[in-house]
Amino acid sequence: MSGAGRKAEVTARPAHVLSGFDGADADPYGGTLPAMDADASLLRRLRDGDEQAFAALVERYHSPMLRLAISFVPSQAVAEEVVQDTWLAMLHGLARFEERSSLRTWLFAILVNRARTTGVREARSVPVADAGPVVDASRFGPSGAWAAPPEHWAEEAENRIDAVKLSGLLRVGLDSLPARQREVVLLRDVESMTSAEVCEVLAISEANQRVLLHRGRSKLRLLLESELGGGGPR
Amino acid sequence: MSFLSGLLRLRSRSPGLVCQEVVELVTDYLEEALSPADRRRFEAHLAGCPHCTEYLAQIRETIRLAGRVEPADLTPEMRTDLTDLYRRWRAEG
Repeated sequence: MSGAGRKAEVTARPAHVLSGFDGADADPYGGTLPAMDADASLLRRLRDGDEQAFAALVERYHSPMLRLAISFVPSQAVAEEVVQDTWLAMLHGLARFEERSSLRTWLFAILVNRARTTGVREARSVPVADAGPVVDASRFGPSGAWAAPPEHWAEEAENRIDAVKLSGLLRVGLDSLPARQREVVLLRDVESMTSAEVCEVLAISEANQRVLLHRGRSKLRLLLESELGGGGPR
Repeated sequence: MSFLSGLLRLRSRSPGLVCQEVVELVTDYLEEALSPADRRRFEAHLAGCPHCTEYLAQIRETIRLAGRVEPADLTPEMRTDLTDLYRRWRAEG
């Protein structure tokens, strides 16, 4: 899905696509790919001075950016300022944006740059990742095989807990992750960026991205497990 | 070199993974960051281990459920502020 989105970015877009905005909004793949196409047409309309295009981008990205910004800065109020600054920086940068990345990647990269210069929270957090295994060693026997294996729920999560509660649980889980892990999991798994996009936005290496993603995802799984069953004494 | 010693050398170079190692490699596996040899060892372990297969499925489910976490709604104030911001920028240009 993201791979197809990236492909769409490098595909030459003839000018007549502009008039076919409805076509770009059609949704044969369930959202992601058309969303990328729609970004490209929104960018063109924005460059033509279309206020509605700006409003559409705000609807799409303001809340996701706010959610990311809070990882870097001490308060919601500061996060809101940073996101507003980001929109203004985007408008000022429109003329020289070369579209080597997608509009979304560019926008989020501006955000992270600004949030990092403003923020103090991330600087205080653990620089790379906490050490230690992601599944407690007590759950394995001396041979390294499972002693307290995971109970079966992977296909049943939504039958056992309703979707709203599951989302609430994951939201709490995300917000309790160390800032660096939260940023990576948010961009990768919640916003569905590719690893290359995440690395670009956060200016981190692929290896670092994987370590942070690994720890963050493992903690979210553990949280689901604590609700859905397994994991030994509760 | 006999067939047996060759086989033993191969085995010592690439022993099977244990569950505790598998859970630490899950992300590298999903990210396609494992070497071809490690990927084969990972998949060979999964083929014989229902617990690690379940663990991997749970990680995949975690990713899928995370993808559904919606951000907070925009407030009317935010919309107004941003419309103003846009119009001020237009007026400057």
